[in-house]
Amino acid sequence: MNVVTPFEGIGASVRRKEDLRFLSGRGQYTDDLNRQGQTWAHILRSPHPHARIRGIDTRAASAMPGVLAVFTGKDMAEAGVGGLPCGWLIHNKDGSPMAEPPHPVLAVDKVRHVGDPVAVVVAETRAQARDAAEAIAVDYEVLPAAATMAQALAPGAPQLHEGAPGNLCYDWHIGDKAVVDAAFARAHKVATLELVNNRLVPNAMEPRAAIGEYDRGTGDYTLWTTSQNPHVIRLLMGANVLHIPESRLRVIAPDVGGGFGSKIYHYAEEAIVTWASGRVERPVKWTADRVESFMSDAHGRDHVTKAELALDQDGKILALRVSTLANMGAYLSTFAPCIPTYLYATLLAGVYTTPAIYCEVKAVFTNTVPVDAYRGAGRPEATYLLERLMDVAAAETGIDRIELRRRNFIRPDQFPYQTPVALQYDSGNYHATLDQALQAADWAGFEARRAEAKRRGRLRGIGVSTYIEACGIAPSAVVGSLGARAGLYEVGTIRVHPTGSVTVLTGAHSHGQGHETTFAQLVADKLGVPVAQVEVVHGDTGKVPFGMGTYGSRSLAVGGSAMMKAMDKIIAKGKRIAAHLMEASVEDIEFERGEFRVAGTDKKKTLTEISVAAYVPHNYPIEELEPGLEETAFYDPKNFTFPAGCHVAEVEIDPETGRTQVVNFTAVDDVGRVINPMIVEGQVQGGVAQGIGQALLERCVYDENGQLLSGSMMDYTMPRADDLPPVGVATHTTLCTHNPLGVKGCGEVGAIGSPPAVINAVVDALKEYGVRHVEMPATPERIWQIINANRPRMAAE
Amino acid sequence: MPQVTLTVNGKKHTVEVEPRTLLVELLREKLRLTGTHVGCDTSQCGACVVHINGDSVKSCTTLAVMCEGAEVTTIEGLASPDGTLHPMQEAFREYHALQCGFCTPGMVMSAIDLVRKNPQGLSEEEIRHGLEGNLCRCTGYHNIVKAIAAAQEVMHGRRKELARAAE
Ligand code: FES
Ligand code: FES
Repeated sequence: MNVVTPFEGIGASVRRKEDLRFLSGRGQYTDDLNRQGQTWAHILRSPHPHARIRGIDTRAASAMPGVLAVFTGKDMAEAGVGGLPCGWLIHNKDGSPMAEPPHPVLAVDKVRHVGDPVAVVVAETRAQARDAAEAIAVDYEVLPAAATMAQALAPGAPQLHEGAPGNLCYDWHIGDKAVVDAAFARAHKVATLELVNNRLVPNAMEPRAAIGEYDRGTGDYTLWTTSQNPHVIRLLMGANVLHIPESRLRVIAPDVGGGFGSKIYHYAEEAIVTWASGRVERPVKWTADRVESFMSDAHGRDHVTKAELALDQDGKILALRVSTLANMGAYLSTFAPCIPTYLYATLLAGVYTTPAIYCEVKAVFTNTVPVDAYRGAGRPEATYLLERLMDVAAAETGIDRIELRRRNFIRPDQFPYQTPVALQYDSGNYHATLDQALQAADWAGFEARRAEAKRRGRLRGIGVSTYIEACGIAPSAVVGSLGARAGLYEVGTIRVHPTGSVTVLTGAHSHGQGHETTFAQLVADKLGVPVAQVEVVHGDTGKVPFGMGTYGSRSLAVGGSAMMKAMDKIIAKGKRIAAHLMEASVEDIEFERGEFRVAGTDKKKTLTEISVAAYVPHNYPIEELEPGLEETAFYDPKNFTFPAGCHVAEVEIDPETGRTQVVNFTAVDDVGRVINPMIVEGQVQGGVAQGIGQALLERCVYDENGQLLSGSMMDYTMPRADDLPPVGVATHTTLCTHNPLGVKGCGEVGAIGSPPAVINAVVDALKEYGVRHVEMPATPERIWQIINANRPRMAAE
Repeated sequence: MPQVTLTVNGKKHTVEVEPRTLLVELLREKLRLTGTHVGCDTSQCGACVVHINGDSVKSCTTLAVMCEGAEVTTIEGLASPDGTLHPMQEAFREYHALQCGFCTPGMVMSAIDLVRKNPQGLSEEEIRHGLEGNLCRCTGYHNIVKAIAAAQEVMHGRRKELARAAE
């Protein structure tokens, strides 16, 4: 690959182009926008986890000052508004389709979780809309609720949906049970672990917001929304909910303040403001309060799992057997069904040569907020399970935990490697990332640090996790066969302007990832155009031809690949123009560093000269070639990509308070080729922070009646600066073999690798207390209780 | 309706406000200074931090009427008129201390106040402690801490130019 200047191409830590506007307060987030004649929506939400709606009286609210309209679920249903669609169909063990109950935009007959939207007030000001919502009288018949999966599955449990008997969404499995059972029957040792993957609230710092606008003159609708994938929203909302043709609907996701998955889904509020803007014929804006975010943004994780690992006498894994309950919440969010299946169970081979795996997953409806993908989505759950289980297996076989991992690693010479759970890994070197991480974390010197901490009255522990994940989602035909109701290619357009500057149009969306810089570096590298002259446009269905958006660390692996293909087309066309201008044959034209040269001569034309000729085609092969220099490519990936690596956490526990402090954290990740090391490092650090948050601090709590207890930032512990350690990040690269850049993806590795590393360290710190597992989050209270419960026993020994 | 007269980024404004109007609403809705953000409703996140008479304050919990006669500085008022960034802004860019940018205005305003009030210089641990009123969900704070540590050297005149981040 060409390097334009030493500082801008692939591999350079170019400082971000987007930073200047963010640092000077000139970002344009959805709530920063205001439209001419704008009104405000306030959404009345259910205070009950489960209730029948006997009636809604909106008369008093309608008469309040400034109120333009009040709408209920009945109004929307009568107007023909459809329910929110689910984008993935899972089949049960017996081949029947999952239960897919309706998900109305506003509740019609029943509410099913605290926060379920019931009615909307549209008023001149935000305060007026809020005041009027308080005057809506809803007659609820409160029903018993199923707040937990255990409650929902119990005999005689309250039933959420008519079409989902026993509150079961699906009962799915993967793998060969007979083969796995046979392996267990001949196992030398079986390690068993029951564990909970705690429910999390994503909490991107920007609350969700949306503005709908209807143009009376043309009949067109525009929606500005805090979305990671505006084209997907246009598709789902236009086709399924509001029945607006795509040609009449434009969706714009401007600057978006973090997503982490929570802004992938099509949410009710998007449809409400768009539809209401047509009814009141004025723009309608809604911005969530943080408490509203807690009860309406899709949550993450929430698994209860039993896992068993069968080993032979040498510590080689013979088989893995897993049974998981996955909480769907009250309704199916857009991608919810695929998270605990194809993004979880298919990752259960991890980095190991496990020959046989069987996993069954029951997905359960409960009276809680819907659960969907949150940073890592399924892969953190798989990794946590495996990497905890490896440590338990090490303890039970007496084999050192590093040695046990090494014995079971897939070796570098085994790629491509077919796992027993559908995936084929293309490349990796797990020994190398492990060795590099152990070295960087000074694993060998740990016992001295433990002893030193002990002298200070602290319990010090160290933990490791060797993980893999699947990114760059995904080959359309493959995901289609697994139940996806969309293709998962990406689209890139490269527009070379007459004077040689470049606009990149991408279907990927940046909400913190720095695409405006990374993608410009691709153009700088390949076409030789300086980063400053490359504009990246994203997030607008009116500008970008199409796209599937950003999630699953796919922007570069899929979106970047589309750009590379489009640039190949630019170069191919440029060569034909150059051949004409220099009177040479096309085969003799070479392109390098922004210049087209006739091989073996000093004749050359710059990209700018070529683009001028393309737009001012006076001397141009006009019979064979269209004017202009713009190309679009759709790139459908050939496989997932497989980032992998090793995380090492070192913790200290204060036995008096139970408080755990992560004192060192080392991440060595193989994310494939690195375009901008500074950005990759930042992505890993941010992911690790969320992973440490899950391990030590964060937990979304419902009481047994279904009330959301951790419903604000006062009750839900977000990681703060002094909760976190400095995070050492390094990479070890093996290239992805099937995309043009060799990239794998870096957005989620931090959140995937870190939780088990931290908990393994906590368990290690507590090993003298006979502890074999600690549930997340390992809060001071939890640790203190473990220490105190075991103290008498220790004293007696 | 009550009136409030205040100076924002060096410009004097007289604005009609409701008694319940918050400073952040005045800034965002009336003055169209949307750089100051709202990330929570319980005074936890610090996305809304501005300076009032030189002190960092959460504008989401400050009533506009309390700001009569006050000098308010927001993120929009930090750079010099010729566009030169404040050393803290420059450090955030150099050290990749922002990703989505949503927490950034509040983080920068808090960081400037923190550094100004500690001319003796702050250790990384003290910086982490000093940021307890500001949440960032993207960065993990590592680079924010680095940026503030570098910026304080310039702000206190111990270095002429910002130290470059390690490549
Ligand atoms: S908006 Fe969160 S503290 Fe002010
Ligand atoms: S940069 Fe996104 S919240 Fe801090």
